[in-house]
Amino acid sequence: MKFIQELPVLIIVIPLIFALIIPLVGRLNRLIPWIISSTITFFCFLISISLLMTVLDTGKISYWLGGWEPPWGIEYAIDYLNAFVLVVVSFVAFIVSLYSRRSVELEINEDKRSVFYCVYMLFITGLMGIVITGDIFNIYVFLEISSLSGYALIAMGRKREALVASYNYLILGTIAATFILIGIGYIYMATGTLNIADLQERLPALFHSKMVLVALGFFTVGLSLKLALFPLHTWLPGAYAYAPSVVSCIMAATATKVGVYAMLRIIFGVFRIEFDIHFIPIANILIVISSMAIIVGAALAITQTNLKRMLAYSSVGQIGYIVLGAVLADQEAMTGSVIHILNHALMKGALFMVVGCIVYKTGIEDISGLRGMGKKMPFTMAAFTIAGLSMMGVPLTVGFVSKWYIAIGALNAEMWYLIPVIITGSLLSAVYIWRIIANIYFPDELPEHELQYTDGGAEITNHKSQYSEAPWSMLGPTMALAALCIYFGISATAPLYIAEKAAVMLLQQ
Amino acid sequence: MKEHIIVRIVSKFFAPFIQLYALYVIAHGDLGPGGGFQGGVILGASMILYVIAFGLDEGRKRLSQKVSDVFMSTGALIYAGIGIFCILAGGAYLEYAELPLGSHHLASHLGMYGIEIGVGITVAFVMITIFFETAQNK
Repeated sequence: MKFIQELPVLIIVIPLIFALIIPLVGRLNRLIPWIISSTITFFCFLISISLLMTVLDTGKISYWLGGWEPPWGIEYAIDYLNAFVLVVVSFVAFIVSLYSRRSVELEINEDKRSVFYCVYMLFITGLMGIVITGDIFNIYVFLEISSLSGYALIAMGRKREALVASYNYLILGTIAATFILIGIGYIYMATGTLNIADLQERLPALFHSKMVLVALGFFTVGLSLKLALFPLHTWLPGAYAYAPSVVSCIMAATATKVGVYAMLRIIFGVFRIEFDIHFIPIANILIVISSMAIIVGAALAITQTNLKRMLAYSSVGQIGYIVLGAVLADQEAMTGSVIHILNHALMKGALFMVVGCIVYKTGIEDISGLRGMGKKMPFTMAAFTIAGLSMMGVPLTVGFVSKWYIAIGALNAEMWYLIPVIITGSLLSAVYIWRIIANIYFPDELPEHELQYTDGGAEITNHKSQYSEAPWSMLGPTMALAALCIYFGISATAPLYIAEKAAVMLLQQ
Repeated sequence: MKEHIIVRIVSKFFAPFIQLYALYVIAHGDLGPGGGFQGGVILGASMILYVIAFGLDEGRKRLSQKVSDVFMSTGALIYAGIGIFCILAGGAYLEYAELPLGSHHLASHLGMYGIEIGVGITVAFVMITIFFETAQNK
């Protein structure tokens, strides 16, 4: 029983400890780092499920680090929103870790592999830490842990451009972290506390203070940079495109989601919604920006020729949906937004894993190189199709559920003019996804000249219709995520139940 | 720096004193100003001074990559391990007072002391590794 109470801290400490053990024992056997990282992320997933169950049963969990009572000590506070995001992060971390073995063997040098898994685990620790903590300065600390390990992971890419992309992200990420730290400093100056629950009580009395206004400004810009909200998304395409495939999977599926979580927590959890609406029109600004993100992200995705880059721009658009749903400040839209954290993690994770499979098997990253791939890698492409359909928001897939809720929320909030934005975003994503699906399955129907402008084409015609599927260790996790895209599209009751509770909690605070 | 004999002699002479001071700062951490981070940086600086005076190869002979990797992990593991011991002893994570070390007061003191040592080790070897990584032109 004792350990049940300690689970909130164990979910952070166990991966942290094993991250440090990996480089020590990694020299013994080349499989050990992978085994440790998969087992431990699986344990974290189990712990997060158990935490979610506890929250559903008994309400908010509060864990005092070192036995120091909040607001003096650091508190790990878990409610519906936390627990939900925690399950998403740890689940994706587990699936990606399972998937990673072969891909890492191909893309990371032998001597760097144990370091890779060490940094991977630190990255996961940082993300889970941001989610679980109830202390705003602790959010910053974990943000730095995850960001620094994120820079290292991206820099491990095979191409030299990976270093530039990582450096780019390093500069912008540091600016973002500094802005967030300045924001924290201002509200600490105003209130004298760092505990989120305590801040929530103390801040309303200070809503007229300029200092609090400035703090919110810094938070909004810093977090927007961190979660790659248009037009502050410029670091993201390069980072996703040049990182090793496994890193693209984990970052696309979890890192930006955790950024969104941090934004929800700070805008709705620390400040209150009435502040955002009545004192400065931050919600209105974010509505405009996120609508632009939806359209521009999808439009830019259409213009890309590199598969990873296209998916990265599509992420920019999808983040727009999540932020839009959140700032409408309507319960239905917020539900859609929270559930899209899960849904987008599933579909973007699956899509990037498919890209990883393609890269592993053929080395192709170019869209035109995918010609006729449907015969060559049928299972991988089936997973791509399912996840792609989710991305478009086709009914019976997860993408539909969240977009539906966000659209309903827009109507409830009497902002009908956002409906065309949501639909346009979906149509544009249909364009870029369908372009690939057509290329995969119906290569002959496309005019020849569209397909010949890259060097990938020659390679593909040589062994065009030969069956050569990715190994099962990669295919299995990919298919699992794709299957979940359908499962939660048809039966979304469980995640919706939690997302609704989280939405009610966020809006009523 | 082969020709700078004064630099080499002085840095060699100073290294143990710097290290002693570093240990003092680490050990002083739970009672007054100082602590694992500051002491660790000083400890790392002593090695960095040695490497600046004698060159990278000589430095690597004294402290191989492998050894510093091991110490980097060990320090942080000491930290996390003490936290876990606190849980095993029946307290919350890092609730030193619960450690079975005589009185609560003594347990708090020793627990914090252990943490400072762990932090010191990690910081020192991370400093050294960062220096080596940036100094070598690969």
